Amino acid sequence: MQVYAYAVAGWLALAGALGIARSHNLVHAVVALSVVQSGTYVLLLSVGYQWEAAAPVFASGVPVTTPVVDPVVQAMTLTDIVVSATVTALLLALTIQIEKRFGTVDPDELRKLKG
Amino acid sequence: MSDALAVVALTLVGVAGTAVAWTFDPARQAVLSSVFGVLLAVLFTVLQAPDVALSQIGVGAALVPLMVVLTVRRIRRGPR
Amino acid sequence: MSGRARLVVFVLGAAGLAVAFVFALGGMPPFGGSEHPYRDLAVAAALRHVTPNVVSSVNFDQRALDTLGEETILLGSVIGAAALLRLVGHEKERPERAGGRLPDAIGLGCYLLLPVTLLIGLDVVAHGHLTPGGGFQGGVVLATGLHLLYLAGRYRSLERLRPLAWYEFGEGASATAFVGVGLAGLAAGGSFLANVLPLGSFRELLSAGTVPVLNIVVGCAVATGAVVLLAQFLEQAIRITGGAGPGSSG
Repeated sequence: MQVYAYAVAGWLALAGALGIARSHNLVHAVVALSVVQSGTYVLLLSVGYQWEAAAPVFASGVPVTTPVVDPVVQAMTLTDIVVSATVTALLLALTIQIEKRFGTVDPDELRKLKG
Repeated sequence: MSDALAVVALTLVGVAGTAVAWTFDPARQAVLSSVFGVLLAVLFTVLQAPDVALSQIGVGAALVPLMVVLTVRRIRRGPR
Repeated sequence: MSGRARLVVFVLGAAGLAVAFVFALGGMPPFGGSEHPYRDLAVAAALRHVTPNVVSSVNFDQRALDTLGEETILLGSVIGAAALLRLVGHEKERPERAGGRLPDAIGLGCYLLLPVTLLIGLDVVAHGHLTPGGGFQGGVVLATGLHLLYLAGRYRSLERLRPLAWYEFGEGASATAFVGVGLAGLAAGGSFLANVLPLGSFRELLSAGTVPVLNIVVGCAVATGAVVLLAQFLEQAIRITGGAGPGSSG
């Protein structure tokens, strides 16, 4: 268990990168890239986790002395998720534009077109 | 939070992420990535990060898959 | 690069990354350990500023400058996608066509869910400094909630509820408002984005100074930004006909 969470984070990054390397469709590659980025969410939140600690929100009924997990990495992960969504949107827009220009979204065919 | 719960959530996320990355048909991939988004949100809840889980549900399970589906639809009937 | 060459490059890179990662693991804190120096500092700072949701405090008070950077990324990507997906040359908008086709019951369900979702979105934004949630989460809920109308097959009513120019204006205005709050902090508190409003009392709706203000600003930015983004993709998927670009013979 000590390293399992970190291993899952690293695995997500590798699996996503392998998906990109073997991709035959730019849309697929963009989604695989978002899997790579989700590895960073898992890594960040795992670094901040503490057994038996509560969420870093002192709602009514939760005394402020309760041990909580690290809120700093959670704030980073929040930023990470929003940035990932905007990057995905931009890349998908680029993919649509590429399809309009070249009539294909297969990286190999695109290379052939370039000659 | 119990040890077993974290292991189960992590394993599900690892398996679903692999499935998303290695599904080469983007239309099916969009559906899978929505499922992956929900599983990530479950993991975040287990890791005591409700703020992040809420954000992930909205972005990962709805917004991004919707954009992917629309892109696939545009490309499928693209001008030939 | 052929597919085989790509795989070779991937394997080399992945092997390098894996080795570096295993070494890095040696220096990582153990999973679930109790030593979190940043946590201790952030929680203390959040309590000083009367903010029960420490994550919101980090995002909108302690590190609000980072969030401004993130807002700028969002704005940039909305502008970029809008520029990339604008209608060019001989692309015509198709005049008539409904969205998806769903059984009436599901369509009606989406209709009924719409106000509920919008209400939840507003609630999540407004209580972001007290309970889990905030501008990001609430903004996404608001934007996706609006698109239930598309699922309901009412693309035209979605368009009526979505005068796009207003949302584009809203996106720019909320980015400006964020900077405005920052400048107010500079004028009244001596530093950019300083928390200068009265802090109120713990767990009250009107408390935590500028945190709820920035939550609302970011909620507007995310909701309008996501609506504008989705509008571009919807337009491409549903409304555009014909119009091959130059050199699309391949």
